[in-house]
Amino acid sequence: MATVSFSDATRVYPGADHPSVDRLNLDIADGEFMVLVGPSGCGKSTSLRMLAGLEEVNQGSIHIGDRDVTDLPPKDRDIAMVFQNYALYPHMTVGDNMGFALKMANVPKAERQQRVMEAAKLLGLEDFLNRKPKALSGGQRQRVAMGRAIVRQPQVFLMDEPLSNLDAKLRVSTRTQIAALQTRLGVTTVYVTHDQVEAMTMGDRVAVMKDGVLMQVDSPLHLYDTPKNLFVAGFIGSPAMNLIEGTVVDGGIQVGDYTVPVPREWLAKAAGETKLTLGIRPENFSIAESGAGIGLDVAVVEELGADAFLYGTLAGLPENERLNAQQVVARISSRRPPSRGATVRLTADAEHFHVFSTKTGDRLS
Amino acid sequence: MPRFLAAQPQTELITLPWEMPLEDWPEKHLVALPRGISRHVVRFVKVGGGVYAAKEVLEHLAIHEYRLLRDLIRLDVPSVEPLGVVTARVDPDGEPLDPVLITKHLQFSLPYRSLFSRGVRQDTVNRLVDAMVVLLARLHLTGFLWGDVSLSNTLFRRDAGSFAAYLVDAETGELHDQLTDGQREHDLMIARTNLFGEFCDLEAGGLLDEALDPLTLVETIENRYRELWSELTGVEEFDGSEMHRIESRVRRLNALGFDIAELDITTDFAGSTIRIQPKVVDAGHHSRRLIRLTGLDTEENQARRLLNDLDTFRARTDQQGADESIVAHQWLTQVFEPVVNAVPNELRSKREPAEIFHEVLEHRWFLSEQAGTEIDIKEAAERYMNTVLKQLPDEAVAMSLDSMGQLANPYDPSQGFLDDTVEKPYDPWEDADEIAEEEEVSTPAAAYLDIDSLRRRASANTD
Repeated sequence: MATVSFSDATRVYPGADHPSVDRLNLDIADGEFMVLVGPSGCGKSTSLRMLAGLEEVNQGSIHIGDRDVTDLPPKDRDIAMVFQNYALYPHMTVGDNMGFALKMANVPKAERQQRVMEAAKLLGLEDFLNRKPKALSGGQRQRVAMGRAIVRQPQVFLMDEPLSNLDAKLRVSTRTQIAALQTRLGVTTVYVTHDQVEAMTMGDRVAVMKDGVLMQVDSPLHLYDTPKNLFVAGFIGSPAMNLIEGTVVDGGIQVGDYTVPVPREWLAKAAGETKLTLGIRPENFSIAESGAGIGLDVAVVEELGADAFLYGTLAGLPENERLNAQQVVARISSRRPPSRGATVRLTADAEHFHVFSTKTGDRLS
Repeated sequence: MPRFLAAQPQTELITLPWEMPLEDWPEKHLVALPRGISRHVVRFVKVGGGVYAAKEVLEHLAIHEYRLLRDLIRLDVPSVEPLGVVTARVDPDGEPLDPVLITKHLQFSLPYRSLFSRGVRQDTVNRLVDAMVVLLARLHLTGFLWGDVSLSNTLFRRDAGSFAAYLVDAETGELHDQLTDGQREHDLMIARTNLFGEFCDLEAGGLLDEALDPLTLVETIENRYRELWSELTGVEEFDGSEMHRIESRVRRLNALGFDIAELDITTDFAGSTIRIQPKVVDAGHHSRRLIRLTGLDTEENQARRLLNDLDTFRARTDQQGADESIVAHQWLTQVFEPVVNAVPNELRSKREPAEIFHEVLEHRWFLSEQAGTEIDIKEAAERYMNTVLKQLPDEAVAMSLDSMGQLANPYDPSQGFLDDTVEKPYDPWEDADEIAEEEEVSTPAAAYLDIDSLRRRASANTD
């Protein structure tokens, strides 16, 4: 097991004018489950491949433990790409399917058997070891594939969108299994996904990337509660945070006819900016009994168990502009939800305000 | 209603039972062909006069592979030809089914499992390995990262006694402008693992000759690949007095079946040291020349063989000074076509025409040696067809082979032999899955990020 660190690691593709990964600095602790997430083209897969040795590092370095692996060929890095090969060989037993790569690496038979047995115990596949794989379910096949990586006992597991070729049902169960296994094995893992829900539910920490730049790396809860900039605020959370632009006025930020009471010291950081972006997560809204709050013209009401989601636009827009206007979402208690077409007033506690500079995108609160 | 994404729509495919999972398709549509193992459901289907491979796979993968295979065809890489993707499939209950990628079955192709099952000779294995290595190097030259190099994802065609390899599965592939060394190493590492696994699987199924050792085989593949790659792309430095080495490099590459399209030559200031490196290398040196001269489209070694015969013809007819294309036309009409046209209809699905011609040449050599005098090509052809070709199995669409043991499912070798019991041992994880599944149904908000449960988990961890 080992730490992984990227130091100013940069990858520029020949002929490209922007780096695909731009001075990435990321320290991953021993045994940590690190998820790299971001929209397509953000550099997450490229970063993983730089660590795997598939992409050249044009600048900076990458270390696994104390070893500088920047220029090492993939096979000398002591890493395992999980789910890389999951063809199951029909004539070989499940045990041999898991352990054949060790045979290729000349690991003695007794040790091979022991490692396979350990992995099988961990994966709940003990009773299958001497069977042929033909009767295995989809989920069991996935576990044999995991077993192949586990028996190799690498320093680091790498997973590049491992769930993307599974159907929806298998995706959820495999997600849980990977996370549980990683916790038990304690092997440093770097996991790439474009799906923020997957990232947030699996990672010890999550690194959010955009356009080759690391936006923020933090625990899922910190990312959720204190996003460092507008991009992270909008990317993390489903449904997404409402990001509403307003005008700085005395005592707060004005949205429509209502002044949201934003603490003075946050506004002070905006030195000279007249427009700021206020972020409020849907679940932090509540309906203002007093009648003072951000006005919302409700277009759709979706009831889900104890909660209701309200979808609409800021109050006061003419009908023909609503369709293209920014959508605001609120999650409220469904005891007495408003009906569609109604106008409601929404408030939130100041502790749930996220204030961003519209110009730089940086967090001010 | 299923939707068809295709470049040249094949109307006959529209009538297939798309509303059924591929696994359940009635046998009347299927053909049991030997093939590699696959993690998806794959079936060979017969429609009209054609045989197609159908693979059930998630939509983004199906479309990715379809486009990639089209790119590979365009780049002239030996690969199967994609016909289309069928999406928006639903069963009679309205449940969605995964899309299907359709590719054309490669005529006269042989999957490795059928080649290995015939008590294969070391010599044949070497030729298969060579074909695989050439394919991998060609793919890497075009910037293709395969990601799942394996025998199962490769088909072989006879090529004048050797084999030519074709790529059949591009699901994990990526096309780049140029591959880094790390990417090639990665592919090679996967090749090692997968091929080793496949050889071990053949061994476990009793299909691999005992004299063959999986580890030696994969090491051979790796070494040959490295040799070929350095010949194709390596830098060579020599003294200014050895200029002939440029010419010999070109010849060596030609002999391997490659053309140099761009050669980078640099000299030091004094011109005493020359440094050469091929920059752009194209496969198909001989087959391109043959197609230019005769219009015949063949594999590389077949082309080499036919070109040799053409050269012999030229010498024999004393036309060394004549225009090459005129002589080629004479050879085509006076030598090649009479032999190929003499093949009776019922024997035409045994071998491809160019392969038959190659075998006739071989047979003539054998007969001439026996007789101690040169045998005429027409006579050699006749005797070859009567004594050899007749006995060979049909390979236009290779049929399942009995020697492979009885498959659990004749349409799906991935399920192994018909042998052990199917009753299932206890699996604690699947039990847990079922419970989890029930729970999930009760939370319709599963698609949303459940931040509350994350908070609970986090606080439980800190307690």
